Amino acid sequence: MMLTELTIAAAQGGLRRREFSAEELVGAHVAAIDRLNGRLNAFITVTSEQALDAARRADAILAGGEDAPALTGIPLGIKDLFCTDGVRTTAASRMLEEFVPPYESTVTANLLADGAVFVGKTNLDEFAMGSANITSAFGSVENPWKRAGDDQTVLVPGGSSGGSAAAVAARLAMGATGTDTGGSIRQPASYCGIAGIKPTYGRCSRWGTIAFASSLDQAGPMARTVEDCAILLQSMAGFDVRDSTSVDVAVPDYRAACGRSLKGMKVGIPAEYRVAGMPAEIEAAWEQGIAWLRDAGCEIVEVSLPYTKYGLATYYIVAPAECSSNLARYDGVRFGRRVPGESLDELYEATRREGFGAEVRRRILMGTYVLSAGYYDAYYLRAQKVRNLIRKDFENAFRTVDVLLTPTAPSPAFAQGEKMDDPVQMYLNDVFTVPASMAGVPAMSVPAGLSQSGLPLGLQVIGRSFDEESVFAAASALERAASFTHRPAVRAEVV
Amino acid sequence: MTYLIEGRDGPWELVVGLEVHAQVISQSKLFSGASASYGGEPNTHVSLVDAGFPGMLPVINRECVAQAVRTGLGLKARVNLESRFDRKNYFYADLPTGYQISQFTHPIIGEGAVEIELADGSTRMIGITRLHLEQDAGKSMHDQDPARSFIDLNRAGVALMEIVSEPDIRTPEEAGAYLRKLRMILRYLGTCDGNMEEGSMRADVNVSVRKAGEPFRTRCEIKNVNSIRYVMQAIEVEAVRQVEIWESGGSVDQETRLFDPVRSETRSLRSKEDAHDYRYFPDPDLLPLVIGEAWVQDLAAHLPELPDAKRQRFQDEYGIPRYDAGVLVAEQATADFYETVARGRDPRLAANWVIGDFFAALNRTGRTIQDSPISAAALGGMLDLITDGTINGKIAKDVFEEMLASGETAAEIVERKGLRQVTDTGAIDAAVQAVLDKNPDKLAEYRSGKDKLFGFFVGQVMKAMAGKGNPALVNEALKKVL
Repeated sequence: MMLTELTIAAAQGGLRRREFSAEELVGAHVAAIDRLNGRLNAFITVTSEQALDAARRADAILAGGEDAPALTGIPLGIKDLFCTDGVRTTAASRMLEEFVPPYESTVTANLLADGAVFVGKTNLDEFAMGSANITSAFGSVENPWKRAGDDQTVLVPGGSSGGSAAAVAARLAMGATGTDTGGSIRQPASYCGIAGIKPTYGRCSRWGTIAFASSLDQAGPMARTVEDCAILLQSMAGFDVRDSTSVDVAVPDYRAACGRSLKGMKVGIPAEYRVAGMPAEIEAAWEQGIAWLRDAGCEIVEVSLPYTKYGLATYYIVAPAECSSNLARYDGVRFGRRVPGESLDELYEATRREGFGAEVRRRILMGTYVLSAGYYDAYYLRAQKVRNLIRKDFENAFRTVDVLLTPTAPSPAFAQGEKMDDPVQMYLNDVFTVPASMAGVPAMSVPAGLSQSGLPLGLQVIGRSFDEESVFAAASALERAASFTHRPAVRAEVV
Repeated sequence: MTYLIEGRDGPWELVVGLEVHAQVISQSKLFSGASASYGGEPNTHVSLVDAGFPGMLPVINRECVAQAVRTGLGLKARVNLESRFDRKNYFYADLPTGYQISQFTHPIIGEGAVEIELADGSTRMIGITRLHLEQDAGKSMHDQDPARSFIDLNRAGVALMEIVSEPDIRTPEEAGAYLRKLRMILRYLGTCDGNMEEGSMRADVNVSVRKAGEPFRTRCEIKNVNSIRYVMQAIEVEAVRQVEIWESGGSVDQETRLFDPVRSETRSLRSKEDAHDYRYFPDPDLLPLVIGEAWVQDLAAHLPELPDAKRQRFQDEYGIPRYDAGVLVAEQATADFYETVARGRDPRLAANWVIGDFFAALNRTGRTIQDSPISAAALGGMLDLITDGTINGKIAKDVFEEMLASGETAAEIVERKGLRQVTDTGAIDAAVQAVLDKNPDKLAEYRSGKDKLFGFFVGQVMKAMAGKGNPALVNEALKKVL
């Protein structure tokens, strides 16, 4: 049995039936990391020893009987944006190269409490700013997929949760945490042929997760199946008094929702997502998804989200504005990198010039600009008003439909080096994912098929606030219909 | 009372508004669980939130909100049931997150008013524009090392109320009266201790001058003045400076200035061009602060009696003069002390003793009412002895001094020293007779019409009785014989 091929759901059963031990399961993934991480660079920090220790403790608990928590012995990757107690947490930035937090984020603490084993901290775009995982101070991540007939070209895994997506796709971890601010879970999931959900804003606590844009950041799971995502989100989600924006509503049984019938479900197809110049294969995948849901008993309804076209522009005002303020604390005074200077201002300038990469500096500059006196009304205030209109678009649509179906990204994974000269081209990757982020509603990417070049394409299911259940139900139906069994060229069992 | 600055070409009127930063009395900080208490070794009252660690989030402290609402109610101000927190962005070493969480566009408290009283007894209303909650910063220490600065974050994140007045103040005296009244209200409410020397209350002073009838001219802001006296001085010297600039044909620049009490001048700190662009925006880590009407009403119902109401009640209930009532309510502790003394006794007698001998004794011994050597109960016990005739007023002064020195009760002292007033008419008659016998010449003069000598005889009799004679009975006995 290839332990690295198992789903989390299958491994839960196998561990409980003692078909294999947690040490064997974790050990198989640790071995795969040892072999492949040098190439893929999916992990910034690998915690093999701690993981194997945790696995042995998990075995002791599993040996004790029925009461082992749900994720006991399940090896996961943790995006290096979640603070982990005693384990270096870098945000893929030189600024935090040596930063070891003395605290555990709520989301990872929830996973640990459920028995999960962390095999390492996954790579990402610096401070989660990027769509290709090329802005990490610890080097780019390689997408484990290859174009058909081209095993040379190195493709990007998407971003910002590119390390998590690559690790899960290559079978270096059974699942991983991601964070999604404008598509950072969904777009890399699509590029790497896995599933990933950005839950409703407020569903997972942001406490202990390094902030990029506070009003948009939301943690979520990434895994190879929709059901595995449901299992992980069950553990990650929940109200937290330490995060004032987390919401005190009950977390339903997500796994059960995956098997729900879609009979009578209304699926909206937003007209505005048919953007000019959309590649035919993306269009075709979308049409195929529509057909699958219709076959599953859904009613397909054309809907309009007229303000969608302003989503990206609005996002690139709101997110940089918040990031310019959130990243002010990295000043070299209390923790993290410090570059000395003759004066306090020189210390700030030298520290931040050296500590931040080009993309982070660009966004801080944009954010500072749009919040400045004289520009605030024209940019930030107007963006907030448009954001409200985008939110209303979704509210209106969800009066008539239960979920929306769209493509996740306008293209399959592209090669390292492509789209890199023009930041605006890069930002366009998020055109389909950003609106749901702006509205705070849950959205999931699920693999639907392969492009002509043999690369995975994802479809996105968007749901009502706090109705992740419908999202899981529709995504599961797509997953069943697609029966996506393709695997990337670079993966654990390929020697 | 008008306060005009005489310039070369006529009088100038002063326009002042005050922004007072009052530190909220609370167990923990505005957005973290760290202790908000004063003092402590540097960096011992600091949570990860206060130090701005990655991923840390603010959570509003309910008690700080309650304190702001109480203060708003005490200032007769509008309480906004929905308010918001904004980030005020700037870099400084003692500002860990790079922004201060404050309320810029939607403060928790709106318009209110404070009535001030001036030395001539006149009163004026000073408008309150708003009160908002915000975080204090930490403290930079530049005197610990020749080359390096040190940071103490104990204060970082402690709740402040910024209380902004309308530009209604027209004289330095009014500014002083406003600050004293505001401090009195805050102390009564228990929302700020008002200790300016410890920095728990500080004032930014906005000053401009104008000719009568003109609209406002450019103002300067004098930052962080830390005593009422300095506020009054700073206003005076800044107003004179501005008048000189206008009269010499110049114009006053809007800028931030500092007051130097040693040289009695204000100096430019930064001009408008160098002013920070704080890039205010709503803090996305915090939801709008929504409070319930019922909660506000509950806080209002449990508000203590405030100075103005207490003063009026003292006048009405105890029949004491307005001035005396004002003195007694200046501090809550004094008012409580007085009421304990006055309860069940002659309230005027109580007021006279508290304001007179008791305050004088505190002054003389350098004590405060909190560590007074004579308790309210003990002073009341002494007044009882006066009222029931055990001692007379003159002996009472000696007994009071003895209480101050020994800590004994009045009754113990009277007993031990045998100071009980003599009401035995036989003894008084005997003393009267003895005095008359000793002074036949004075007696003759009196009888020939020199009425004024009556006082002389009273004094002699009291002296003969070592002060213990009941003054009324002595008078009576003398009148009878004479």
